[in-house]
Amino acid sequence: MIKKLLSTLIVLFFLIFSKSISAVESQDPIKLTLHDWTGQLITTNIMAEVLKEAGYNVELIQADYIAQFAGLQTGDLHVAMEMWETTGRDAIDEYTPDGRVVNVGSTGMDAIEEWWYPSYMKEQCPGLPNWEALNDCAEAFSTMETAPNGRYLGGPVTWGGFDDERVEALGLDWEVVHAGTDAALFAELESAYQRKAPIMLWIYAPHWAPSKFEGEFVDFPAYTAECYNDPSWGINPNAAYDCGKPRGPIWKVASSELKAKWPGAYNAVEAFKISNDEMGQMVAAVDLDGNSVEAVVADWMNANKSRWQSWIK
Amino acid sequence: MSQKKINIVFIFLFIVTIIISLFSSNILDNDYFSWALNFPKSLNISFKVYITAAIKWLIDSATFGIFTFNDLTRAISWIIEQPYNIILSLVAKGFYEGQGSQAQLILSPISWIAIVGLMTTVAIKLKDASLAILTFFSFIYLAIFGQWQSSMITLASIFIAVPFGVVLGLIFGITSYKSPTAYKVINPILNLMQTMPVFAYLVPILVLFGFGPVSALIATIIYALPPMVHTTYLGLKGINPSTIEAGKMCGCNNQQLLWNVEIPSALGSIKLGINQVIMLSFNMVIIASMIGAGGLGYDVLTSLRKLDIGGGVEAGLAIVILAIVLDRMSHSYIGKQIDYNRRNLHFIARHLHLLIVLILILSTYVFGIFVDFLKVYPDSFTLSTSAFWEKAIKYININYYDQLEIFKFYILKYFMLPIKSFFISIPWPWFLFILTLLGWHYGRSKLAILNLVLLSFIIINGLWLKAMVTIYLCGASVILACIIGIPLGIWGGLNNRAYKVLLSITDTLQTLPSFVYLIPVVMLFRVGDFTAMLAVILYSLAPAIKYTIHGIRNVKPEIIDAGIANGCNQRQLLLNIRLPLALPEILLGINQTIMLALSMLVITALVGTRELGQEVYIALTKADIGRGLVAGLCVAFIAIISDNMIKSASKKLKIKYGFA
Repeated sequence: MIKKLLSTLIVLFFLIFSKSISAVESQDPIKLTLHDWTGQLITTNIMAEVLKEAGYNVELIQADYIAQFAGLQTGDLHVAMEMWETTGRDAIDEYTPDGRVVNVGSTGMDAIEEWWYPSYMKEQCPGLPNWEALNDCAEAFSTMETAPNGRYLGGPVTWGGFDDERVEALGLDWEVVHAGTDAALFAELESAYQRKAPIMLWIYAPHWAPSKFEGEFVDFPAYTAECYNDPSWGINPNAAYDCGKPRGPIWKVASSELKAKWPGAYNAVEAFKISNDEMGQMVAAVDLDGNSVEAVVADWMNANKSRWQSWIK
Repeated sequence: MSQKKINIVFIFLFIVTIIISLFSSNILDNDYFSWALNFPKSLNISFKVYITAAIKWLIDSATFGIFTFNDLTRAISWIIEQPYNIILSLVAKGFYEGQGSQAQLILSPISWIAIVGLMTTVAIKLKDASLAILTFFSFIYLAIFGQWQSSMITLASIFIAVPFGVVLGLIFGITSYKSPTAYKVINPILNLMQTMPVFAYLVPILVLFGFGPVSALIATIIYALPPMVHTTYLGLKGINPSTIEAGKMCGCNNQQLLWNVEIPSALGSIKLGINQVIMLSFNMVIIASMIGAGGLGYDVLTSLRKLDIGGGVEAGLAIVILAIVLDRMSHSYIGKQIDYNRRNLHFIARHLHLLIVLILILSTYVFGIFVDFLKVYPDSFTLSTSAFWEKAIKYININYYDQLEIFKFYILKYFMLPIKSFFISIPWPWFLFILTLLGWHYGRSKLAILNLVLLSFIIINGLWLKAMVTIYLCGASVILACIIGIPLGIWGGLNNRAYKVLLSITDTLQTLPSFVYLIPVVMLFRVGDFTAMLAVILYSLAPAIKYTIHGIRNVKPEIIDAGIANGCNQRQLLLNIRLPLALPEILLGINQTIMLALSMLVITALVGTRELGQEVYIALTKADIGRGLVAGLCVAFIAIISDNMIKSASKKLKIKYGFA
């Protein structure tokens, strides 16, 4: 009897003890990737802090947005916290089919991408944000090179977006000029805003620009899948793309190794959810008010304890 | 044919080209002839598909029996990673026990005070007090402007990339010298490495060598290696044969001949190569940071994404400062003679500097435990000029934007657009014919066939139009860079004070990352070809100035004396003696300007140009290995063609003026 009790005790002791020394599956560091925009730094740092609270060992690594897929595939990298439906779809489609990279679901944030103009332009063009007003004020948005057509500064060609097709399909008297990077995009906005000069350009959210500069997105006919595929749909019966840009979730992607090696961490990444507004405020706190990413993340961790604790249960 | 007749033929051909280009759109733009303007898509051969497949095969299936190709590349990155981690820990990160967020600090990095002391002492040892003062204030700048941590990360990667580049360069250089067959293989590969845009091979490197700083280091080494090989090879080739004979007569075997005779004789060139490796490694700092190198390059990128121009300028200047200090140090090292007298000194006297540095490092370690200031430069003592830069740009933007806009409009309308329409309206068969003819004129069948093959590659891959836009953008920038740079160079060649000022300007232009000025330029001139051209001019101006100065200053004094004796005035001296004699050198400067302009192309894709650089950039953002490499090869081929043509022209000129 005593022997039995003793052995039970020993087993129990070992169970408890072993549980306490390795609460998590592996102590190898989980590698999360950092890119070069603030929102992504914040999401990744929050995830890293939460995983640390759960007892995981994490490491943050600088990597390129698309090039990182090579690393996720080989298992050199494990988690990428922001893969936008609007810009990352091709990469997701290319790398997920063989199962080495997996889509871990939405971050809870939705990407918005559309034509945008600063509020002061509304005086010259009161019909906005309705897209039908675009042709009436094309001249107000023109420059020496594009006159009498309006000038629309589109995103880098790599972002896609079908703006050239949109202008054609909707019969807009506008010329599409492509910026090479988003830094160039926002440099032009900053410059025009300083001079209160006309500008119409591609803006995306969540981003600091819509909080720093006052303005609105243009209202195009709402996007549907048919609009892009079927010419007969929409205002122009002979052309596709006669509608606005799609809006879509910001995904999280991970290497298949994450689920195999750290299933608990995988579940935590999967549970991670945050809203556009929360993110917008945090990005502004960093980029406009000059706080550090770490401080902003720490504030969020303190204020949302019950939320992140439920992710690591 | 005499030279005069040949000139007439070429002028005639040029006029014909202009006429063809002017009327091609009227005559050829119909169903029957449009193939001559746009190479038919149905005939394209997509090399990119094959290249992508080949790389995929290398990674997934290639094997040497015992180990796979992937194992091999991973082993290489492991070898590079070890010393890198040690240096990085030593100067920037500190040594840790354990991995990731659970790591415990066991030894903090060397204190900033000790590093400032170390670099200053090295400067004294290498040259003199003035270099030491420059070094001291440069490193203090890094601390005061809050760039210390990032600078040390950048410095760590330079300290690894440079030795690897130098050793590999020596090995390849010596191999090419010893075996003419090896030279024939290595030389074209080097030319490709030098002219291929770095963005084109970033993705393959990432895939092969894994993610992180090591891939960035490997890209840096690839980029910085070619000049080291070239200078080593040329240095060894240039040894006086009688020196080698003397060595042989003394009974050297091959090994002894190499290490005791040939390498010491070529040491001057080899040291010059080391200097080049350092400078080129600094050029890579920004691009390396895109694939995980961190450091100053990363700071520049993130500041500019936030439109924090000041932050970008400060981090960019930190790169310039580090580059200039290391450049001066390596130059002093080149000029340094071994001081044999020192051997007789007492141990302490001989190693005085070393001892001082060791004491400094140890004492800052020990006292750093108690006083934080000794260990890390405190954040609260840092300065920033950020607000100043922001205000300066804003002031120009608000007050002078309209004037700048008009200036831009005229340059675009009367200079850039005519050049653009000239190039893109030339039918490709005619261009192919002209270039083959030029190749024949300069290098007979060898160059003619080379031009034909390289150009055909571009056409067959369906990149004809983008290649012509590339040539237009580069051409326009090079013309303006020469119009600005050559007169400045002449001024610097004649005037000593101007020479000094120009030298520091060109040093800054060459090492300041172009990103730093790209964003302000966009703010003032918006995205487009004009902005791209400005960026290319700024970047490629340096060689136009430098080579001209060099050419003018190197005219033999006895020739000038002869001119003076014949009664030339200053104007005549310049126009009839100095300039013609400096012409071959100036041509080489133009050649370098073209090379730099081409290498800048990928960066201009970031402000919305539509040429081969953009093709490379798109491939990078889509991680399309084949597409990037093909577009990169096309850029490299354009560079190789123009390089061959100009070098031959320069050689002919030298023969004409009796240098050769």
